[in-house]
Amino acid sequence: MINLTINGLNVSVEKGTTLLEAAHFLGFPVPTLCHMEGLSPYGACRLCVVEIGEGPRARLVSSCTYPAEEGLKVRTASERVVKARRMIIELLLASCPQSKVIQDLASAHGVMRQRFKQEYETCILCGLCVRMCEEQMMAKAIGFRGRGEKRSIGTPFDAVSGQCRQCGGCIYVCPACTLRCTYTEPEKAVCGACANLQPPCIEKDRFHDMMCYMDPCVACEIKKD
Amino acid sequence: MTKAAQPKETLGLCSNCIHLATCTLRGDGTQPILFCEEHECFTPDEIREIVEEHDLALGGIISILESIQSKYGYLPRKALEAVAKETGRSLVDLYGVATFFRAFSLEPRGRHLVSVCLGTACHVRGSPDVLRAVEAELGVKAGSTTQDMEFSLETVNCLGACALGPIVVVDGHYFSQVKPADVPGIVERVRAGLNVIDVKTDQRLFPLTLSCPRCNHSLMDSRVQVDGLPGIRVTMSFGDKHGWMCLSCLYGSRNIVSEYEIPEQTLVHFFCPHCHTELIGSVPCPECGSAMVSMIVRGGGVVQICSRHGCPGHLLDL
Ligand code: SF4
Ligand code: SF4
Ligand code: SF4
Ligand code: FES
Ligand code: FES
Repeated sequence: MINLTINGLNVSVEKGTTLLEAAHFLGFPVPTLCHMEGLSPYGACRLCVVEIGEGPRARLVSSCTYPAEEGLKVRTASERVVKARRMIIELLLASCPQSKVIQDLASAHGVMRQRFKQEYETCILCGLCVRMCEEQMMAKAIGFRGRGEKRSIGTPFDAVSGQCRQCGGCIYVCPACTLRCTYTEPEKAVCGACANLQPPCIEKDRFHDMMCYMDPCVACEIKKD
Repeated sequence: MTKAAQPKETLGLCSNCIHLATCTLRGDGTQPILFCEEHECFTPDEIREIVEEHDLALGGIISILESIQSKYGYLPRKALEAVAKETGRSLVDLYGVATFFRAFSLEPRGRHLVSVCLGTACHVRGSPDVLRAVEAELGVKAGSTTQDMEFSLETVNCLGACALGPIVVVDGHYFSQVKPADVPGIVERVRAGLNVIDVKTDQRLFPLTLSCPRCNHSLMDSRVQVDGLPGIRVTMSFGDKHGWMCLSCLYGSRNIVSEYEIPEQTLVHFFCPHCHTELIGSVPCPECGSAMVSMIVRGGGVVQICSRHGCPGHLLDL
């Protein structure tokens, strides 16, 4: 067992436990975005930052990937952590303001504006879908492609994947996806898929040939015909 | 497609292709063999061979892809699928690696690769204008290949020769201080062939790209042609003479162009024109025992030549 202190409370956890798990065990709220139980930690969004160490050696780490260490002193809500977290939310808002998940995060942390150039990305590269597909669906149909600003998620060669089992797991976990599809009306940000019990695309004949949750979306494909 | 050329020899993959005689993809047959989707002469066996040559531990993927890229000039989709099948890795991972590194291309590349440097130094010296000129000359945008498969144009961010910028590199030949007006001339020369030597006549004659062993700056100078190729520029000194000299980059050729006439049997000191270090070799000349001059061969290796003018002594260690 490893003994550490979180916000002044002592806790002992199994070896290999992450700081996030330890904090949640004590009931301290630590917001996360790219973390999901059942998927391996990835550390992409940095929303789960906590401060460890003391004095000049104190530093911010992502709690979802940082394993508990003996005697570690963790603060989940110090001024520095809160500031960093709000900045991360601002940056997320700058890249993907349509996401309900990100909007909720902003509202929960009282972030009322963002000061950067506004963009409307359809993906924040959190990697949830990739891990879902690989680790839970055992499909490995989608993955990261490219690098830097050209990095994107999708199937190899943008082709309909033979590996995909059309489970929809990737859309289910995607924080940006709920508003991703515009169905056939690009000006309407919401296709209604999440609100409707039956997404409109399911009724199209070519549904089974297409990967609607991926780019290209089923509905958009259908529109081209 | 390009002029219908007659392939001179049968190199590897295409050799058993029945379309060999009329194939337009391979130019005159001396170019690297491109993977030929047109005639499907690609077989999974070749991929299997490549895969078997490599260690399949996690690191093996990149070197497998490198081998395929060097064999076909790019990474054909079918080849990637075959590698996925052979190695048991998922196509997603391979595709991720292939799109991550700029050295890999998923599109067939042209016979000549033109790289325009857009690094900071070249940028302030006007390389965007050079790029526009090249784009206009070739009729393609950066990152694409001309319709006739002759030229691929790409941009790079610094080639480490900033002082000579703007730099344009074509098939490993550096063109320095390029102005937009120079571009048509460069393209013209590339079309005519940068390597206009008959390699067949003497197998020992092959071009080397040399650089300084200390500062690693390229010694190649495209402004002075020796044997029709960019010369190896060094600073020389003998007696009270001090000037430049360009050696032939053809290994085995002893032609030089120099500022001063050098009397036979004179001991000449060679210096790097960039960092001014004397290029001293590690061993005495095997022929006459004089000091040797050493230079680094791009791609690995050292070449040493005797510093006594007229002495044929040389060593090549690749
Ligand atoms: S729908 Fe396809 S791509 Fe998405 S998680 Fe399922 S198998 Fe993977
Ligand atoms: S598609 Fe969605 S889940 Fe996948 S990386 Fe992008 S934001 Fe994350
Ligand atoms: S077509 Fe279906 S999966 Fe695609 S965006 Fe619309 S509702 Fe979502
Ligand atoms: S939840 Fe820890 S980095 Fe995203
Ligand atoms: S910036 Fe062009 S070579 Fe360095």
